[in-house]
Amino acid sequence: MAGHAAMSKLNMVKALNLALQQEMERDPDVLVLGEDVGVDGGVFRVTDDLQRQFGSRRVIDSPLAEAAIVGTAVGMSLYGLKPVCEIQFSGFAFQCFHQIENHAARYRQRSQGRFGCQMVVRMPYGGGVRALEHHSESEEQFYAHIPGLKMVVPSGPRAARGLLAAAIRDPDPVIFFEAKALYHAAKEEVPDEPEVLPLGKARVDREGRDLTIVAYGAMLRVAREAAETLAAEDGVETEIIDLLTISPLDRETLAASVGKTGRALVVHEAPRSFGPGAEIAASIMEGAFLSLEAPVRRVTAYDVPFPGFAREKATVPDAARVLAAARETLAY
Amino acid sequence: MPRTILEPRIRIEHLSILDADGNLDSALEPSLSAEELLRLYRAMVLGRRLDERMVRLQRQGRIGTFAPIKGQEAAQVGSVFTLRPTDWMVPSFRETAAMIFRGWTIEQLLLFFSGHLEGGRPAPEQHDLPVCIPVATQLPHAVGLAYAAQYRGDDAVVMAYCGDGATSEGDFHEALNFAGVWHVPLVLVVQNNQWAISVPLKKQTNSATIAQKALAYGVPGIQVDGNDVLAMYAASREAVERARAGDGPTLIEAVTYRLGVHTTADDPTKYRSEEEVKAWERKDPLTRFTAYLEKRNLAVSGVGAEVDAEIAAAVARFEAAGTPDPLGMFTHAYGAPPAALDAQREEMAARLRDQAPPGAGGEGQTPVPMRGQRITRR
Repeated sequence: MAGHAAMSKLNMVKALNLALQQEMERDPDVLVLGEDVGVDGGVFRVTDDLQRQFGSRRVIDSPLAEAAIVGTAVGMSLYGLKPVCEIQFSGFAFQCFHQIENHAARYRQRSQGRFGCQMVVRMPYGGGVRALEHHSESEEQFYAHIPGLKMVVPSGPRAARGLLAAAIRDPDPVIFFEAKALYHAAKEEVPDEPEVLPLGKARVDREGRDLTIVAYGAMLRVAREAAETLAAEDGVETEIIDLLTISPLDRETLAASVGKTGRALVVHEAPRSFGPGAEIAASIMEGAFLSLEAPVRRVTAYDVPFPGFAREKATVPDAARVLAAARETLAY
Repeated sequence: MPRTILEPRIRIEHLSILDADGNLDSALEPSLSAEELLRLYRAMVLGRRLDERMVRLQRQGRIGTFAPIKGQEAAQVGSVFTLRPTDWMVPSFRETAAMIFRGWTIEQLLLFFSGHLEGGRPAPEQHDLPVCIPVATQLPHAVGLAYAAQYRGDDAVVMAYCGDGATSEGDFHEALNFAGVWHVPLVLVVQNNQWAISVPLKKQTNSATIAQKALAYGVPGIQVDGNDVLAMYAASREAVERARAGDGPTLIEAVTYRLGVHTTADDPTKYRSEEEVKAWERKDPLTRFTAYLEKRNLAVSGVGAEVDAEIAAAVARFEAAGTPDPLGMFTHAYGAPPAALDAQREEMAARLRDQAPPGAGGEGQTPVPMRGQRITRR
């Protein structure tokens, strides 16, 4: 067929909804469960209208209990279904953490391949909604550390749609983080026909030869803003790597970029110590050590419990902090 | 606006058919054929003999830490007997008699309790989950399986097991609540063996029974003499039939007793009296069932020797299995493994190729204890 594929301009909420809707249409084993996901369509409306389309047996308004949402989803996946759970906020996921670590991530090995947990746990994460404690944190490091799991953080509508479809089709359990700050932030052209992006593959968001900035989720736009300023004021060409998948980490793309630029900084909303930035820095050391002109820097939240939304701007990295760190890295 | 009684009908039944002295309530006696009764008996004897053998094997250092079932044979065999092969069985970690009945091989259990991953693989068409160690966390899986069976329109029933200690865990309550709301075909067998390692039931719950915990979730609960295989069978059959008919879940509290140690790393003399154990030994499920079979002229000799031979053959096969291939740890970590993991596997493979003899690592180490266990030996 000739011509361009039909596209629609969607925000991230609509793009995620489209992925769920199309995957459910494609595969009767895909179902959705969580708190308020049915009649209400989810507190962020990601599952809007799905219950009307697919019925209350497939779009389940579950009782309010994170451990049983994930735990029953594990059981469903052992039977061969492909559940997509929604945890209302990632800050509440510690109440199902044991089901994720002890079971979802391990059943394949425990049963020596007889069972696997083909399931997705979606969670909104990060700042930007001016809500109380446990509504603004970034906890991707916990999941990225667990063998047997995959950990995905899309940075915009098209990536969110294509990666959620991939996560649903992947044989392994996937933790899928959705930046609340991006839900309504911007619209993008998203293909009407199903699109599946590969897990474990980062994207070069902007090409450059002087400095690599590694970012994901809501930090991508912060990196872009800093790169614009660096180009305009410093004449610096920044390369931005949008990770998309935290685990498994796309080490080749990182090494190739830093092999070219010789300088790297990592931006994330999670606290610094033992965060994804540490693994990314180690990976760059292993893959591009001889090209490095400066230590890999990290621009992250500080190592304090999340300080509440009145102080959110002071801890979540912004373009000014990235810019300052970039200039120090460039001057090293 | 007076205070009114909203729920006056709460009722907890206790079912006992064959008591410790062999007295039978013939009105309640289930109709089981001679062949079925002997299958129950054989499974209980195998459970007992295997249990004793595994404790000895652990003492000799031939397997790792083991959680014995001695005293709980009727609770397990009487319940699991009511399942079809297409039904699902979800164990915790103290269900060896039920697992063997469901088709797990003795050799697999020996492998499992020796730390071999290979012991956890169910046969291709076997509808059983592997052993689950974290207490009560398997129960939501059972509810999910039951939901999935209902969703697909299959008539499978799920039977899940846990202990009295598990009823204090959040997952127990969450699972029961979901099972009640979703009205799924689940039978939850709580083996109340009176002790969660060193903590007695009275310190575990202030409820008069465990069965009544089900009622808060709109689920029927029944207490059964768990050392009475006929009562366990009757209650389980009723619950399985109810589940299969679409009438929802049931909780069965099997009142039983762990005659042995919590695990082979436990010393119960520290927390319970010999008199208590002796009193429960008089209620041994095998003694009374043997007496029942004798009264019905169904007793057969040689079952003990027969299962001993079966166990011995399995032990021999298990001990011939040797050290597992270290590279096996990578095989089933992921369905679609990351490239970096393949690199790690290759790193190990290269090291193994350089080493002689291969597979030398890992032996002679101190076994890591399971939850609540000490490494000391009695």
